[in-house]
Amino acid sequence: MDKVRANLMLCAGTGCVASGTPKVKEALLEELKKRGLDEEIKLVLTGCNGYCAEGPVMAVYPDQVFYQKVTVEDIPILVEEHFLKGRPYQKLMFKEPEKKTAIPRMGDIPFFKHQVLRVLRNKGLIDPEKIEEYIARDGYQAMAKALTEMTSEDIVKVVKDSGLRGRGGAGFPTGLKWDFASKVKSDIKYMLCNGDEGDPGAFMDRSVMEADPHSVIEGMVIGAKAIGAHHGYIYVRAEYPLAVKRLQLAIDQATESGLLGENILGTGFDFHLEIYLGAGAFVCGEETALMRSLEGKRGMPRPRPPFPAHKGLWDKPSVLNNVETLAQIAPIIMNGSEWYRSLGTEKSAGTKVFALTGAVNNVGLVEVPMGIPLRTIIYDIGGGIRKGRKFKAVQLGGPSGGCIPESHLNTPVTYEDIVATGAIVGSGGMVVMDDNTCMVGTAKFFLEFTADESCGKCTPCRVGTKILLDMLTDITEGKGKESDIETLLDLGRDIISTSLCGLGQTAPNPVLTTIKYFRDEYESHIRDKWCKAGVCRNLTTFWIDEKLCKGCGACLRACPSKAIIGEKKQPHKIIQEVCVHCRTCYEACKFKSIKILPAGFEGDPSELLGAAAAGEGKKGDLK
Amino acid sequence: MPRLTIDDLKKIKEKHRADFTLREGGYRAKVTVHMGTCGIAAGARAVMTALMDEITKANITDVIVTTSGCAGLCAKEPLATVEIMNHPPVKYCDLNDEKMREIFREHIMAGNPVEKYALVAGCESTY
Repeated sequence: MDKVRANLMLCAGTGCVASGTPKVKEALLEELKKRGLDEEIKLVLTGCNGYCAEGPVMAVYPDQVFYQKVTVEDIPILVEEHFLKGRPYQKLMFKEPEKKTAIPRMGDIPFFKHQVLRVLRNKGLIDPEKIEEYIARDGYQAMAKALTEMTSEDIVKVVKDSGLRGRGGAGFPTGLKWDFASKVKSDIKYMLCNGDEGDPGAFMDRSVMEADPHSVIEGMVIGAKAIGAHHGYIYVRAEYPLAVKRLQLAIDQATESGLLGENILGTGFDFHLEIYLGAGAFVCGEETALMRSLEGKRGMPRPRPPFPAHKGLWDKPSVLNNVETLAQIAPIIMNGSEWYRSLGTEKSAGTKVFALTGAVNNVGLVEVPMGIPLRTIIYDIGGGIRKGRKFKAVQLGGPSGGCIPESHLNTPVTYEDIVATGAIVGSGGMVVMDDNTCMVGTAKFFLEFTADESCGKCTPCRVGTKILLDMLTDITEGKGKESDIETLLDLGRDIISTSLCGLGQTAPNPVLTTIKYFRDEYESHIRDKWCKAGVCRNLTTFWIDEKLCKGCGACLRACPSKAIIGEKKQPHKIIQEVCVHCRTCYEACKFKSIKILPAGFEGDPSELLGAAAAGEGKKGDLK
Repeated sequence: MPRLTIDDLKKIKEKHRADFTLREGGYRAKVTVHMGTCGIAAGARAVMTALMDEITKANITDVIVTTSGCAGLCAKEPLATVEIMNHPPVKYCDLNDEKMREIFREHIMAGNPVEKYALVAGCESTY
């Protein structure tokens, strides 16, 4: 008997491995064997499923039941209940944040239900370490078609017509890039893949490389045929060991099977592919810097033109595409440009993967058609803001992007509409922030990153980001000057217009957008020495409103510096001299009786708080 | 692995069809063997083994087997529900190894429900 009646797809992406997949796998195999089910139930280790926060996750087919946070202790009862007796095990199912009812089927869980999978088409469905499983999902069919039935011009035309744009950040039309390179005459050309993925919080490329490495390879071979290249490199950061391992395994398997190397599939086309490990510098995600790094030199950008399509790696014509872009090529070749355009908008076709994180209930990777409103991603897929708090802003595009406020939540996610808000789609990092976030602090956080990662070649970026950061630091410490906001705006615009590469040209975005939408916060930091979110320690006074305090003692117990006094059931008080402004009491209070006042505030705050409450609705488009 | 041709790609796909029928759906028939405590005690395991043996021997990939808990009719266990796509599901009762094999041949393969073993037809679909 070798009939397999169920497949257990256990996630073995980086996130789930860290939360315990290896041990769960051993326990599961052992228990299945003990129950005599090991021949009829097959365990498959998949790549990243995208729902990393609740890992390890496992999908059971054909039942389509989805389990999360699977632990070794759960295994015996899970195997007995579900796999032996056919009763799906509720304890490990997804539960809606408020209702607490278990949702068994993956397709019914809101996080998955609203997604459309093209890039992530094989996530959780194949074992990325077995080339046969990729082939069984129509893998390498598109490559076969491109190599046997299509000319270079045909391929370029389909990709051009599809409207596919580079998913790495800039959104340059992929077909156009291929067109330029295919028309340049040269004995050697290079087809390159950008797997550097430097934006903090973005992990869609890692996920694709881990879960579906062959889709990247297939896209590269098709691109190589289109531009006439016979050598290629995948540039991956060394911090992605699992992605590197799976890519290497995939390259080895493909080479052994004649799907890479000499005479691919007997068609006479040659393409040799190698992995190059990057050291994880943010600037090496920029194409000219990446190519210098590949040449073994220090990764620094150079002015363009000449563009890489004419003079790229070792001054030969080169095309560099992002991982997510390349993973879309095979389905476009198979299904045509019209199919691709059936989702998305006129100028932003197809789907985009976002790394949704921050203060939302469901965090993870989400793939959605371009053009859907931000609100849908945050509320329908993300399940809204955690702990019932208020939405404040969403940061799109990582350190190069910007913060978008509530008033712009209906903005459709397209390259043009997002740029109009001052942010960028970028590589798809999406950090949601609630009303406990200080926007000046947020801008400072991203500037710390870009100032640190600036390669130092051009002055506007090297010096400019440092000055921006110093000014932001001063403002958060209470040393801000009235003229600072204008200086930040002027300097930010100067850095954008004079920097050499994308790093400097986008680094001021977090500052400019937070000033654009949250100028009042900058002003209250500078004028009133008041961080209303209570994050900047020098700019707060914590104060208990005696009218609201029930004397429950929660704050008193939580305070690490014993700064709170009071009898049970009597209003408590904070001793200001002892308070370290850590905000712990504010989080602990269930009655909202702790108020955040300006630094050094004394006297009756009722007037101030009344004004603050009235001003709450005014946030948003002030300029 | 030897070097592949375009034909080989299709062959590999065929070879893995059974697994992907489970994962992607698109099966022709689904058999649910009721494996509650009552079912197991009455011999559901032998029924399931017989069914899987028949599927293996017939070398087909479009029939899937799944389990469920007690169907609420413990006296008539072992029970199994056969669902051919777009046909009313049929529940069989008091099964054993031989009866299951007969149902496989007659109902699942030939499309004729085996009335003598059937409890009810047209109960709720599960797909």
